[in-house]
Amino acid sequence: MSNSQAVVSNQEHDQEHIPELQHHFTNMNQQRNAASLGMWVFLGTEIMFFGGMFLAYLIYRIWYFNEFAIGSRSLDIWLGTINTAVLICSSLTVALSVRAAQRGKRKTLIGLIITTIIFGLGFLFIKGIEWYQKFKEHHVPGASFDISDLIHKYPNVPLDPHHAQLYFSLYFALTGLHALHMIVGVGIFTVLLIMAWKGRFTPEYHTPIEIGGLYWHFVDIVWIYLFPLLYLIDRKPIK
Amino acid sequence: MATAAVTPKPNYLNSEHGIRSWLLTTDHKRIALLYLASVTAFFFIGGFFALLIRLELLTPAGDLVQADTYNKLFSMHGQIMVFFFLIPSIPAVLGNFLIPMMIGAKDLAFPKLNLLSWYIYMLGGAFYVYGMVNGGVDTGWTFYTPFSTAFSHTNVVAAALAVFIVGFSSILTGLNFVVTIHRMRAPGLTWGRLPLFVWSHYATSIIFLLGTPIIAITLLLVVLERTLNLGIFDPTRGGDPLLFQHLFWFYSHPAVYIMILPSMGVVSEIVPCFSRKRIFGYEFVAMASIGIAVIGFLVWAHHMLVAGISLYAALIFSILSFLVAVPSAIKVFNWTATMYKGSISLDTPMLYAFGFIGLFTMGGLTGLFLACLGVDVHVHDTYFVIAHFHYVMVGGAVLGFLGGMHYWWPKISGRMYPEMWGKLAAVTVFLGFNLTFFPQFILGYLGMPRRYWEYPPEFQVLNVLSTAGASILAVGYLLPMIYMAWSLRYGKIAGDNPWGAAGLEWKTQSPPPTFNFEETPVVTWEAYNYDEIPAPEEVPVEQ
Amino acid sequence: MSAHPSSEHIIPSKLYYIIWATLMCLTVITAVVAFVDLGPFNTVVALLIATFKATLVVLFFMHVKYTSEKMTKAVILSAIFWLMLLLIISLADYSTRMLG
Repeated sequence: MSNSQAVVSNQEHDQEHIPELQHHFTNMNQQRNAASLGMWVFLGTEIMFFGGMFLAYLIYRIWYFNEFAIGSRSLDIWLGTINTAVLICSSLTVALSVRAAQRGKRKTLIGLIITTIIFGLGFLFIKGIEWYQKFKEHHVPGASFDISDLIHKYPNVPLDPHHAQLYFSLYFALTGLHALHMIVGVGIFTVLLIMAWKGRFTPEYHTPIEIGGLYWHFVDIVWIYLFPLLYLIDRKPIK
Repeated sequence: MATAAVTPKPNYLNSEHGIRSWLLTTDHKRIALLYLASVTAFFFIGGFFALLIRLELLTPAGDLVQADTYNKLFSMHGQIMVFFFLIPSIPAVLGNFLIPMMIGAKDLAFPKLNLLSWYIYMLGGAFYVYGMVNGGVDTGWTFYTPFSTAFSHTNVVAAALAVFIVGFSSILTGLNFVVTIHRMRAPGLTWGRLPLFVWSHYATSIIFLLGTPIIAITLLLVVLERTLNLGIFDPTRGGDPLLFQHLFWFYSHPAVYIMILPSMGVVSEIVPCFSRKRIFGYEFVAMASIGIAVIGFLVWAHHMLVAGISLYAALIFSILSFLVAVPSAIKVFNWTATMYKGSISLDTPMLYAFGFIGLFTMGGLTGLFLACLGVDVHVHDTYFVIAHFHYVMVGGAVLGFLGGMHYWWPKISGRMYPEMWGKLAAVTVFLGFNLTFFPQFILGYLGMPRRYWEYPPEFQVLNVLSTAGASILAVGYLLPMIYMAWSLRYGKIAGDNPWGAAGLEWKTQSPPPTFNFEETPVVTWEAYNYDEIPAPEEVPVEQ
Repeated sequence: MSAHPSSEHIIPSKLYYIIWATLMCLTVITAVVAFVDLGPFNTVVALLIATFKATLVVLFFMHVKYTSEKMTKAVILSAIFWLMLLLIISLADYSTRMLG
């Protein structure tokens, strides 16, 4: 197995004076590797967390394909595609910000973090618009749920309102959980912005940016899957 | 003479004083003690509910409490014991305390996350206590839908949120352990030299990390369904109650391995020490731990064999459930082989280890009866199931916890518990336990259903025996509380290594200094090198 | 003055832009292909594209291609594998219910 800590390196002695080195670690490398592994393990748990809802989605999509297909059509594909693009752009700025930190470019780093936050807020804003649309169309599960508009629009497709409600329940649960993670991500990057502003990051120490970036990319990946699963179930021309 | 007031060396207990130094500590040893206090408190609350259950079941008629109240009693007993005691107990107390020491580190990888995990546990606990005080929950510990989502009038949301929250405490603990074990082992401490206690906690952490998120999302969906009336699990609206059960048991079955693996780790430490012999088949025991964790994820629907899954699925899960017994059996063989031709001493920890091996084997074998489709049709949802899981969870996990607490008590507190009382309590627990739960195998076989508040009169004798056993068991649990507290003041001063045990934790003082070791150890020996360690000259026995 | 930590690989920004452009194109493609009738393969294609996009993000933006850490890959693959276990074994029940 890894013996990176089995050999006491010469660097260790110099690194004892680094203020960012926490006392229970022997050197910065160990600390950084631990932080990175910790974040990856956490992302693994997040895969399972979202995954549970994917099971519910999978089963009900098989059982109630018509309702899922029509429910999917009722989502705004333009807004969905734009939002996907927004997140991809934000992943770019995150990756570039890690690079800026690696190269010690404080101003660039700050600018990229701010851009990332703006993209994140933009995503949330568009999602808010989509949810509001669903609210106006009475597609929000609950007392006022009503898909008579969809039944009217697709007269040849047998639709059970109860089953359609399952689709929309999962839509809101999945996008809601995702949005919650985005909000946390924006919060994390706000903290990183403050740290970067204070000049806390150097080419030798920028672990928070790295692991914050990992989290953000993960949230992007979840959306990369949610987009086809929710918006693109069946958009084929209806004969 | 060793109990005289000697000025203790600086250690983690006296390094700082005041409540802030405890509530804001990042020292894994202090956090372990915070957890010890919390899990013990919940244990006694859950135990209190058990006592009320057993009192009700003294008579065939439902005459102590109302039926609805009885439903709440068994539900809360189960939820408290599973989520607030068994799952955290050994990992958060003994794991937290010992793992850094066992690998020669100064602390876990993320000390602040460790403290956060305790606060999250307490937050979850607070939610649960609120629900409990506000009228309780009656869904069974399993929250089955659609009763929990649509019909129960009790505090389902509070209980579900409580379990959801406490799950994150588990996840953080598992994360901390995995990263620590990978990244912070002392020089020379290869995987093949790790104590088996560490291996079993690594395996447990895999389950924490991959399983807990599933119950988190599942209970979140239950809360959403109950509050927003969604219908995901409502059959009248196209939902599938079995979907809930699949999701619930995907975690909750591996969860039982969370409960047993750490105890197995404890036994793997105790048996070699009190046999003065290297463990037999180290690699097999280590790999069996991982095997239990992995295969444990493949068997969940054996809880659903008669719930309406397809026959083919039932067959698959039945066969896989037989498979999962194999790594456990390997461990039992190895522990037994370790004892063969060893120099056995029957100190309290070893008594608990013996109890574990016997009772866990019985519990495990009865699990195989349940995995057998034809048998399960008859004994599912009867007292046979209850007896089975109490044999593994109490006879196994709790005995492992008690054994571990006694074994490491000298290290944790610097004091020896009184050995005679320790033995007495161990025997009391063993006898009380068997009297409580063995009759339940018979009751279940004869057809007494579980979760019933009244029963046909012909079952009364066995129920009375069971209740009598429970009162003896309660005494067995209370005794250690008393004498261990006593020992803090009056117990014999323990040296660094009163048991003559192998393991890095015994190479530092008792209680350990805050940063565990004066110097980072460099490991050049294999685990369980009892051929090189002399037996302790004075086995601490107080008559 | 210390050098860069030895395990860090600084990726040229041009590569990031190429990956970004690829992801943007794939997004458009996946949206457009949804309107084309491929029968049952619409879902397959959509998921394949999504997986390819996710892989690009993991390998390049998350630096997994450039890390020497075996544990990172082990963690990712384990989590995905475990999710597949949940989905596939549950399907063993759901897909055979009508049969018996």
